[in-house]
Amino acid sequence: MPKLQSAAELEKFRAEILSSRDPARPCIAVCAGAACDGMDSAAVAAAFLAALDQQQLGDRLEVRTTGCHGYCEKGPNVVVTPGEICYFEVQPADVAEIIAATLKGEVVDRLVYQDPNTGAKAVHMHEVPFYKHQMRLLMGDNPKIDPMRIDDYLAVGGYSALVKALTQMSQDQVLDEVKKANLRGRGGGGFPAGSKWETTKKAPSMPKYVIVNGHEGESAAFMDRAMLTGNPHKVLEGLIIGAYAIGAQKGFMYTRHDMPLLEKHVRNALVQAKEYGLLGENILGSGFDFECELHFDVGIFVSGESSALMRSIEGNPPEPRPKYIRTSVSGIWDKPSNLNNVETWANVPQIISKGAEWFTSIGSEKSKGTKLISLSGNVVNSGIVEVPMGTPLRTLAFDIGGGVRDGKTLKAIHFGGAMGGSIPADLIDAPLDFDGMSKLGAPIGAGGLLLMDEDTDMVEVARYLLDFLVNESCGKCAPCREGMPQMLHILTNMTEGKGKSGDLERLEDLAEVTGLGSLCALGKTSADPLKSMFRYFKPEYEARIPGGSEAK
Amino acid sequence: MSATSEITLTIDDKEVKVAAGMTVLQAAQQAGIHIPTLCHHEKLEAFGGCRLCMVEVEARGWTSYVVSCLYPVAKDIVVRTRSQKVDKIRKVIVEELMAHAPDAPELVRLAEEYGADRERFERQESFCIVCGLCVRYCNEVKHENAVGFIDNGAKREISFIPEVAKKVCWECQECFALCPTSYAQAAYLLTEALAFPGQRKEPSRPAKGTQAGRRVIPIMPIMTA
Repeated sequence: MPKLQSAAELEKFRAEILSSRDPARPCIAVCAGAACDGMDSAAVAAAFLAALDQQQLGDRLEVRTTGCHGYCEKGPNVVVTPGEICYFEVQPADVAEIIAATLKGEVVDRLVYQDPNTGAKAVHMHEVPFYKHQMRLLMGDNPKIDPMRIDDYLAVGGYSALVKALTQMSQDQVLDEVKKANLRGRGGGGFPAGSKWETTKKAPSMPKYVIVNGHEGESAAFMDRAMLTGNPHKVLEGLIIGAYAIGAQKGFMYTRHDMPLLEKHVRNALVQAKEYGLLGENILGSGFDFECELHFDVGIFVSGESSALMRSIEGNPPEPRPKYIRTSVSGIWDKPSNLNNVETWANVPQIISKGAEWFTSIGSEKSKGTKLISLSGNVVNSGIVEVPMGTPLRTLAFDIGGGVRDGKTLKAIHFGGAMGGSIPADLIDAPLDFDGMSKLGAPIGAGGLLLMDEDTDMVEVARYLLDFLVNESCGKCAPCREGMPQMLHILTNMTEGKGKSGDLERLEDLAEVTGLGSLCALGKTSADPLKSMFRYFKPEYEARIPGGSEAK
Repeated sequence: MSATSEITLTIDDKEVKVAAGMTVLQAAQQAGIHIPTLCHHEKLEAFGGCRLCMVEVEARGWTSYVVSCLYPVAKDIVVRTRSQKVDKIRKVIVEELMAHAPDAPELVRLAEEYGADRERFERQESFCIVCGLCVRYCNEVKHENAVGFIDNGAKREISFIPEVAKKVCWECQECFALCPTSYAQAAYLLTEALAFPGQRKEPSRPAKGTQAGRRVIPIMPIMTA
């Protein structure tokens, strides 16, 4: 592939890809996302390819291995286009039947979705309850793309936003568009991305850096992984556009060392983008130079904290530093460094393509666009969900999630993993909104949503989350290093029936001081689940102390 | 000093004029206002680990809790070195650290001042409070790196690297005196006993004011009633 020298060459190349593809030729997309992979979707994909080979069907049928489709509960997932016919829990033995039906334009009835209550069937993606209440702006392309093939991304319009930014917009115009879109950081804080970009852009020091935070260490969050593994070019395109607006010539993708498939896809995407002239010097003849490097963590959650992450990129241990001077002003090697989460970057191309006005028409008053949510816990349909901001939690939990497993009742909803919070089931009509959820004590965080049924022990939930977090702290500052194990010790005693008088006061003091006194966000929010428990479920805690609420 | 590089701020109702670029801790020290510290040492870069030097800062209408050893002075900020919250932070941190080293003199003094209960939290195995003075001193001042941090979170501890310690530690011993809990010398002696018994490098000549061969600092428990 010769390097594309201009926007016109890219568009010409895109037209060639499209004309070489017959939209009427059926395509069988086999999900190779983490959950499907765990259910051996690779064997399903291999069976399809073998059958294609044996029956010499290459001209009549395409088989594509793709990133995560979303409906993890029902994997391995297979989607047949045209028509987006969804087959669930597909086994290698089903392959011959699917191929035969697809060639005849028919549907394998026994493999389509069936409502567990009514028995009604749903064939096409837009009819399946799990998908029909979603708005899949970011994830929707996943079934259409083999993440190892940049041409697949170009075929769905990929890199056209970059072309627009580089050829039709000034750096300031790109920044303004992102600011107007009020794109808020998807990594947990909800901080406006445009303001952050502007700070780095205006910081006097050079060079400047842009970074994709693909660390995703939050428990019960798996959407960034799906996004970056399934459609790496979308994230990369966002990053290049951001770098252009900010005036950065060097970028980093920082992710986990323990996801081989993600690493393979991202490495490949960087190589392909470079080969096509979308990375490197003089991108598409615009005069803009940009390089991107891949970096891995050393295995603890705090690596995802922005200042720790930057220390890690420098080659130092991932220890956070106080951010009295922000990393957007002084980050990697003390240079201005703009860090955004995977999902935040993935939103950028569509904002540039379709405009801020379109983007702000989606979502709630102060939280715009869609949000990826990892849905799990005691839910019927676990998976990755994308809905407009402002969607009531009820839609997420019941319409999409199918409600609570095994006919049980919902007790609580937990958002934000080990640094989030739990709210009682009667707040189920709260809208999905950064500020609203924070006020309720269950901040969206990165977007891990857990449903908890009537049998859930709320003391155990707090204990479990702390047990996870206690090993993820770096250990630098005292309140986090010492406070978490002490809270964990008390909670463990309580779950073992060894609660004693004074425990709740001790917990409250530890939670307050860990929150106020810790250096970074990990420590500061480590007691947030516990605080939400005291707010909504305190009687359960009091019941674990001899003498109950009287003794405290 | 030119007028432009001077900053006026308020610390505990006292107007203080200091040079720009100073930290709140330095400004307070200059004004004769005491802020407690454990991990701070004037020869070392500010660390911000023990969090005892936390103060309340009011800037542009916002109140926040910051570590004074790192927080840069700024025009017109109002600093309170004692408040109900600040005192509570210090009390609980001292209680947490006393779970490791209930008899460490500095902690005992702090406990008296802040009303900390040395028995409040579950006793921890190690009497190291991970202030990192030894590690940072060895790195920043001595450039030897004979002692480092290992592991993370609650499992973090200091550890002497036998190959280096064998050559340099007995002759130096400077970190022993810095350690608030005497853990550094205990950790060194344990390392020596396990890794290179009898093989330490003795000082070529006694350092000034010391006797050759014995410089271990005695551990002095403070008896509490």
